Amino acid sequence: MFDPVIIEMIGKGFLESLYMTLVSSSLAYLLGLPLGIILVVTDKGGLKPCPWLNSVLGVIINLLRSMPFLILCITVIPVTRFITGTSLGPTATIVPLVIGAAPFIARMVESSLKEVDKGVIEAAQSMGASPFEVIWKVLLPEARPSLILGAAISVTTILGYSAMTGFVGGGGLGDIAIRYGYYRYQTDIMLVTVALLVIIVQVLQEVGLRLARLADKRK
Amino acid sequence: MSTGTPLIQIRGLSKVFRTDAGEVSVLEDIDLDIMEGEIFGIIGMSGAGKSTLVRCLNFLEMPTMGTVYFDGQDLATLSQKELYKVRQSMGMIFQQFNLLMQRNVLKNVCFPLEIAGVRKTEAEARALELLELVGLSDKASAYPSQLSGGQKQRVAIARALANNPKVILCDEATSALDPATTKGILALLKDINRRLGITIVIITHEMSVVEEICQRVAIIDNRRIAEVGYVQDIFTRPATEAARRLVFPEGERVDHFTSSRCCRIVFNGSSSFEPVIANMVLEFRQTVNIIFADTRNIDGKAFGQIVIQLPEDKLMGEKMMAYLRSRGLTVEEVKDFV
Repeated sequence: MFDPVIIEMIGKGFLESLYMTLVSSSLAYLLGLPLGIILVVTDKGGLKPCPWLNSVLGVIINLLRSMPFLILCITVIPVTRFITGTSLGPTATIVPLVIGAAPFIARMVESSLKEVDKGVIEAAQSMGASPFEVIWKVLLPEARPSLILGAAISVTTILGYSAMTGFVGGGGLGDIAIRYGYYRYQTDIMLVTVALLVIIVQVLQEVGLRLARLADKRK
Repeated sequence: MSTGTPLIQIRGLSKVFRTDAGEVSVLEDIDLDIMEGEIFGIIGMSGAGKSTLVRCLNFLEMPTMGTVYFDGQDLATLSQKELYKVRQSMGMIFQQFNLLMQRNVLKNVCFPLEIAGVRKTEAEARALELLELVGLSDKASAYPSQLSGGQKQRVAIARALANNPKVILCDEATSALDPATTKGILALLKDINRRLGITIVIITHEMSVVEEICQRVAIIDNRRIAEVGYVQDIFTRPATEAARRLVFPEGERVDHFTSSRCCRIVFNGSSSFEPVIANMVLEFRQTVNIIFADTRNIDGKAFGQIVIQLPEDKLMGEKMMAYLRSRGLTVEEVKDFV
């Protein structure tokens, strides 16, 4: 049953899943973090209130977030082909993953930054800090523990999305689970892949929690 | 300590907030001079607009009308960049301390120096110096969450002093502290004012804070300045209703004595150590009005007489006279005394 070929395939799937998750997460943060900051800064009562920009961004983010992820995957296939030259395999999957996760991350970042005490921001402004300095030296460092926790949630969510892309030939553990477990009724293989996914989520979440606790100086 | 030159001049300042519910006027037509080197109090009931006023001093809130001159500069004419620069010479401390929770004490004090572009080693040396000044050198590597309220405010003061400000603005800086800690913080501020000559503006709702430390005070009431003057003048002769309310917070509850029932208490040798009238008032929870008193203390014995006006309530009056008799005093009712 679990001959070397299968084991090798599962091992490869495991690495592919990690690869998709980590690369997509990094790229999604590259987009989502600035977006989250802009949402907070342009909000009414923010550092540089700008209602129209805030609403436009809000609507776009909500639209992307309300789109079922599989539909999004298929919709962006032309974009995926344009960027990666293919719509199949782990690297191609990164494109829809980033597009799907960035708005989610923007909202996570937004809620973390909004937890920062307004009084501390005001104190920094009273010392002559510019909005950029407030973002860089107050908002982000003060929200660090919450941002780390948010990252753990985002990364595990992206792992879940990446497994879903198995349906459209995305590669990774999800792909194996669907092809062997769902189409061929090889329940044992499916169980192994699901167990591996569970382990990855547990590990990522635990690491996130510990890092956040370590980073938090409020205790 | 004041040099007589104004450091902060507020001219025709008004502030209107635009909310969903319409426009709310918070400050109207404020004119105020704060002199270099003085400790100036701004006192008012909560909601009087004093917190907004102090934020107008460093333009954290933009005045809707009027302006503020700081050290001769009209803040309204400055560019954003120039305003950031000016704010570096105005320290500010807050009721909730507003320290950076993820930075240790030393790094908190370094923060304004970072903003001002001071080199790291230099900033840390300066921060240590300031922690010494506020008496917290041993807490340099502690985090704010490990400090008591008073210690946090000391860190905040050190931080406010970092860029050698000309003024420190204190927004209800002692309102979250217990009385003993408040005394310590006020003493520190007084010391800073005296030793470094830094002007201090204190926003508070507590008269005791003003009494303790301020030389001059402005009373703000219902969006306007009701009265400005030396603390002892306002204390002894409050000219406006707002001032009276602050000086005698219980004032409105004073019963005016209209009763014409009086009684004379004759002291002829009872112990002068027994506060007999005060005890009676405490016992019955009812005030009496002393309208005449001529007593002296001879070797611990009281001699002389006191005439008090009794409360309207007839029964209460009888009870009080009975109480006084029970203390061994001669008591008689007098008519037509008032």
